[in-house]
Amino acid sequence: MEALTALIVGLLVAGSVYLMLARSFMRFLFGLILLSNAANLVIFASGRMTPGAPALVPYGADAPAGVVGNALPQALVLTAIVIGFGLLAFTLALAFEAYRRLRTMDTDKMRLAEPKEDGK
Amino acid sequence: MISWLLVMPIAIPFATAVIAWLARMGPAGRWISLFGSVLSLVASLALLMAVLENGVVAAQMSNWDAPFGITLVADYLGVVMVVITAITGLATAIYALGEIPERMEKLGYHALFQTLIAGVTGAFLTGDLFNLYVWFEVMLISSFGLLVLGGSREQLDAGIKYVALNLVSTLVFLSGIGLLYGMTGTLNMADLRGAVAAVENQGLVTVVAMMFLVGFGVKAAVFPLFFWLPASYHTPSFAVSAVFAGLLTKVGVYAMMRMFTLVFTGDIGFTHELLIWVSLLTMFTGVVGAAAQMDFRKILSFHIISQIGYMTLGLALYTPLALMGGVFYLVHHIIVKANLFLVSGMANKLAGSTDLNRIGGLYKSSPFLAVLFVVPAFSLAGFPPLSGFWAKYLIVKASIELEMWFVAFVSLLVGLLTIYSMTKIWGMAFWKPHPDGIEPTPDRVPASVRLPMMIPIVGLAVMTVVIGFFPEPFVQFARVSAEQLLDPGAYVTAVLGEGAAAPAEPAAATDAEPVTEPASETGGQP
Repeated sequence: MEALTALIVGLLVAGSVYLMLARSFMRFLFGLILLSNAANLVIFASGRMTPGAPALVPYGADAPAGVVGNALPQALVLTAIVIGFGLLAFTLALAFEAYRRLRTMDTDKMRLAEPKEDGK
Repeated sequence: MISWLLVMPIAIPFATAVIAWLARMGPAGRWISLFGSVLSLVASLALLMAVLENGVVAAQMSNWDAPFGITLVADYLGVVMVVITAITGLATAIYALGEIPERMEKLGYHALFQTLIAGVTGAFLTGDLFNLYVWFEVMLISSFGLLVLGGSREQLDAGIKYVALNLVSTLVFLSGIGLLYGMTGTLNMADLRGAVAAVENQGLVTVVAMMFLVGFGVKAAVFPLFFWLPASYHTPSFAVSAVFAGLLTKVGVYAMMRMFTLVFTGDIGFTHELLIWVSLLTMFTGVVGAAAQMDFRKILSFHIISQIGYMTLGLALYTPLALMGGVFYLVHHIIVKANLFLVSGMANKLAGSTDLNRIGGLYKSSPFLAVLFVVPAFSLAGFPPLSGFWAKYLIVKASIELEMWFVAFVSLLVGLLTIYSMTKIWGMAFWKPHPDGIEPTPDRVPASVRLPMMIPIVGLAVMTVVIGFFPEPFVQFARVSAEQLLDPGAYVTAVLGEGAAAPAEPAAATDAEPVTEPASETGGQP
């Protein structure tokens, strides 16, 4: 199970690096989404996989009986997903506004805030 | 009582943000923001008193015992950063009264600004790694908003680069947290100290340490990860760029100092040696980049990078004197750099631009502003008796004591090159006549705008001079901070309680998840 997750994370990162190396900002953004999911999976896997054992406390008991999944990484992943969602939503809105105003998604052409190429 | 003291510096800006958002349509928002900033300063000074009295103070949120809940901690370094954040926040809030137009206020400038301050303060106070990530995000999302607020085309262009690179760094940091948790089973920074030392495969720890170094390195803008900074800091309004320049990169440096003195101390020969070279390259590329620029704010942006190098160098040399210099530098630089950006805003109002080729004559018509520029500019370059001299002196002395002559040489050379850029600004913006024949006298700007913009500039300049002439208490404070960083026994005790004081007690970590972690107690070994 862990090995499979590790493989998926590797694939996601490889895909995201490929996308992020592209000139188009939209592709970069998709790469970022993949990378964010890869990071979430890493956290999830760091709590170890325990298939079929949810972290539930039986009615009337104080602690879960027997071996259960680690609940903390799940809470962390949930937080990270929510934060990531917010940030990516902002970035998407920013990308749209930038496209509307700058009329380009090509990061090579986004040079308004950079020094001029020919000196002056 | 202690827990209230620790929560207040975070809670006040948040509450102010909410009220300022509700009042954004009227003129009341700016005064609410100002009032909130004053309250924050009072709260952080109260916390400073408590830290001076007790050494390190810690509080467990919601009474979840460490290492299970979230701990807020303030040691000397943490609290001084909180105080300086509140001071910068107050200075910028006053400045905003004059500079920020009504249009931006209606878009929620004050709410975003206060959230930013809350995020920065939270990052300085938290004792939990994942919580640090959350504060980073609070800080990031509000800085995104502030950066593009107003929505000029330059800002959008800068925003794209700033957002993209910072998000990547955040994800690297987040994966690092995941892997570290997988190896140790804890996220509490004090608990991690023992837990990381107990990990069998120290090679993996170093790999994770590198992920943290990259994640924090992008935030701190060290070589070769700084490219987002000069691409973006010259585009937002001046109050925003001042608070960015003063605080945001310093959060990265602070996080580095915290993690690489408290947790990642297992392989100093590799991590800190690497950091020395990174620091030297940061200092050098920053100052050379500045020499090539012809815009007031772009020059200052590149100087942030070169100055960051000095701070990380203080950490990298890893002696008491060097760390002391690093902490002193951190505090001095926030004041000076924020002030320089505020001055550039005033110069822009008076002379009409920040492009050095298109302005001039400020010395003749506004001599007072010229003096107020010279103080932080020469402090930045390290002229005695200003605060920057002592900061540089400590770092250079530390490197000479280690007989690292090359490091000392580069530090002094970068100081020299800093003077070159500062004199360039001086010559172009202040001495030469205005190219359009305008006389940029102060009364070109109405007093209602001028006064709020000048008050914080004067205040911060006075602080620079005071630190310069009476460095002793500040140096002593930095000395104690460095001692606490190098020997975190007090920090660990304050967080975990008496029982876990000894750093050689790894048991606490591996037992941390007895119920939930069945099989692999060795922790993350492949």
